[in-house]
Amino acid sequence: MQPPTHFLDGALGAAAMLDGTVLFLPAEFASRVQFGWTISVHILFAALSIGLAPFIIYFTWKDIRTGSERYARLRSFWLKVFAAGFVMGTVTGIPMSFQFGTNFPGFSALAGELIGGPLAFEAKMAFFLEAVFLGVLLFGREKVSDRTYFLSSVLTGFGAWLSGFWILVVNAWMQTPQGYEMITRNGMEVAKLTDPIAAFFTPRMTWMYVHMINASVIAVALLVAGVAAYIVWKKRDAKAWHTALKIAVLLLIVAAPLQAVHGDAYGRHVEDTQPQKFAAMEAHYETGTADLHLFAIPTSPDAIMNPSEENLFAISLPRVGSFLASGGDFDAVVKGLDEYEQNPPVPLVFWSFRIMVGLGFLFIGLAFWGGYLIYRDRLSDSSLYLRAMIAASPLGYAALLTGWYVTEIGRQPWVVQGELKTGEAVSSTLSSTEATLSLAAFVVIYIGLVVAALYTLRWLIEDELDELGAEPAPDDHWYGPIPGVTSDD
Amino acid sequence: MTNPLLLPVDTYLVDSLPEIWFGVIMFALAMYIVLDGFDFGIGMLYATRDDEADRETMLAAFGPIWDANEVWLIAFGTMLLAAFPDVYSRLLADNYLIALGFVLALLFRGVGPELREQREDESWQRACDWSFVGGSTLAPFLFGVLAGSWVFSVGAISLPAILTGVGLVAVSAVTGAAFLAAKTGPALAGEMRDLGILATVAYLAGVVVLLAVVIVTDAGGTAGTILSLPGIAIVGLSVVAGLGGIVLALRDSYRAWLVSALALPTLLSALVALLLYPAIYPATASGAELTVETAVVSPLALNLTTVLGFPVLVVVLWYFKFLYGVFSGPIEAEGYGA
Repeated sequence: MQPPTHFLDGALGAAAMLDGTVLFLPAEFASRVQFGWTISVHILFAALSIGLAPFIIYFTWKDIRTGSERYARLRSFWLKVFAAGFVMGTVTGIPMSFQFGTNFPGFSALAGELIGGPLAFEAKMAFFLEAVFLGVLLFGREKVSDRTYFLSSVLTGFGAWLSGFWILVVNAWMQTPQGYEMITRNGMEVAKLTDPIAAFFTPRMTWMYVHMINASVIAVALLVAGVAAYIVWKKRDAKAWHTALKIAVLLLIVAAPLQAVHGDAYGRHVEDTQPQKFAAMEAHYETGTADLHLFAIPTSPDAIMNPSEENLFAISLPRVGSFLASGGDFDAVVKGLDEYEQNPPVPLVFWSFRIMVGLGFLFIGLAFWGGYLIYRDRLSDSSLYLRAMIAASPLGYAALLTGWYVTEIGRQPWVVQGELKTGEAVSSTLSSTEATLSLAAFVVIYIGLVVAALYTLRWLIEDELDELGAEPAPDDHWYGPIPGVTSDD
Repeated sequence: MTNPLLLPVDTYLVDSLPEIWFGVIMFALAMYIVLDGFDFGIGMLYATRDDEADRETMLAAFGPIWDANEVWLIAFGTMLLAAFPDVYSRLLADNYLIALGFVLALLFRGVGPELREQREDESWQRACDWSFVGGSTLAPFLFGVLAGSWVFSVGAISLPAILTGVGLVAVSAVTGAAFLAAKTGPALAGEMRDLGILATVAYLAGVVVLLAVVIVTDAGGTAGTILSLPGIAIVGLSVVAGLGGIVLALRDSYRAWLVSALALPTLLSALVALLLYPAIYPATASGAELTVETAVVSPLALNLTTVLGFPVLVVVLWYFKFLYGVFSGPIEAEGYGA
């Protein structure tokens, strides 16, 4: 009997042969693209929950303590965003854990003992907590006491952060696996848990957790600041939104520089533990002394697909790469990509890394600029700053995504570093027809979902502007010409 | 090696721990099809109402609880992965399109109501309604097909699997109707009673046909188990709960009807557990039969999941008591009453 999973092959395969134009992607490639695409969308919502948590808790606390309409308004607005994001996070999160089984059964079978526990703890400890108390937060304001209500906001936020913790326990283990030994069970090679503490708190764990939580806070602070700047731009006397902008900028002043300092140390940790990934980040092809590229722009189109010293305009510190890697020796030899049989796609990793770092520095600049304006008490008066913050509102997410591309694409060809290759983890029974069909469905549906999410945010902002009262909006768009540069120039 | 919890490394905390975990996973499955089942039912019955106030009432009933209910699916899946990773891999890899179709149906079910309330526009709301109703109908069907394919090992495109899918749709409609009847005003409750009775008859008929097909074809070698004493008892109790529910519904004892209705998906999960055990995954094209004993993870991993996971499961049950306590009142279009 034909395996049930192939039931469409006959029909569609025949269709493909008939007109010769229908092409199906190889199952492995389609699976990788599908996982990358679905996690890219999911993480937008996951980071929204993590980053909004401190804002929700703070607004709820101030609302209850001061009874001020200003904080009640902010809490109510951002809670609606949180709720919509949580729903989308749930419905896009379930496909993630399913794909461990549908597309990468080799991974879940080999690593089940190590990843199953943390994923189950995530569901039971964190996700239930978030889901149950969000229900209270959204629908229970009049039904429970102030205290229970505030506690619900803290538990919802804590749930979001704890959720991130358990997921990153799994991801960190994939980067720097330990606490296990390989055994044979039912004729298959599997990882057997030998040391739970070592397996949960791998060398990568704390690096990753701090970096991701902080990245989420930065991304959401930029989003909050951007929305606040837009509303202030449209309605200058919206006092609540002056407060929101200020809180977001203050948070950025702490979080953005912290991310740079932390990221620098994190980079050296990656160099120690995953030299191949680090070589891809720096496009260090040949073993030898390494320069440190501070800044690089392509000088020819080739550089985009194939970055190398010949086609980059780079500001580099000669041999500083060696110096940092070895802890003080300018002549130290750094392993290059030529040492490995299979390498990750260098351009994706190299450019993702540069985009992330570049954006990180931009955020520090925006934060300090905002700090100066707060000091001068002109934060909500500077049109230029409001416009810059509106324009920057999606960029925190861009940095977060590119950072994850460095981490995940840079780990290739491995799914579990040094232990299991991604190609070996892919389902052997998966046909390219099925894989292509599901990929196409995910692409179409998730684009729809992201568009719907953006429209939802837009409608919430329009409703907020309506509620704030009609006022003739400024004629010019926020993205109009910046002062001193007119369209005639 | 650090082992601060002083867990036994080479022996299970108790000898029957693998069986206990099999039971816990089946319990999570039951919680899922019971709790999300009536969410699905609300979604299907929603299609029968075109009065805006009734629709608002049904969405208000659905709103605060569905997300928490859906987490039981994640609990079920991740505990299966943690205790029996090979079963998780094979169940999902063997039923690729069914499994991913199911999660996409859940997506439409979940975002429909969320997006609907963002805009007053008529055609927008119709589109969101389609998403809600379609997802709520397709999700239990595909989940039932997945379960049928698992238990009967004859593939997803087979009569037993499809009938299991239809059965899960029908039983979800029963629990959804009973939930709405118990929680809403007399006018809507009366309508739900009639539809619920119809769905109960359909469910019992579906079960009879499914069992007849399975016994005649001996799909997955389960005929003997169904005809054994516990099998007959579970089927008999389902018939009693179904018919008793109809009587209670006709007497307008909606709370009691809800209890008997919720027994139906619970008994269905018990049947799944009975038909599988002592195997946990039958022989398929992807490999040989796996039993609870052979598929379970090593002692240390299971002991750890037990010590960290069990207390949390108790706390989770307490959360649910709290959540349903907060939203225990009757439902109106504006939401849950005091």
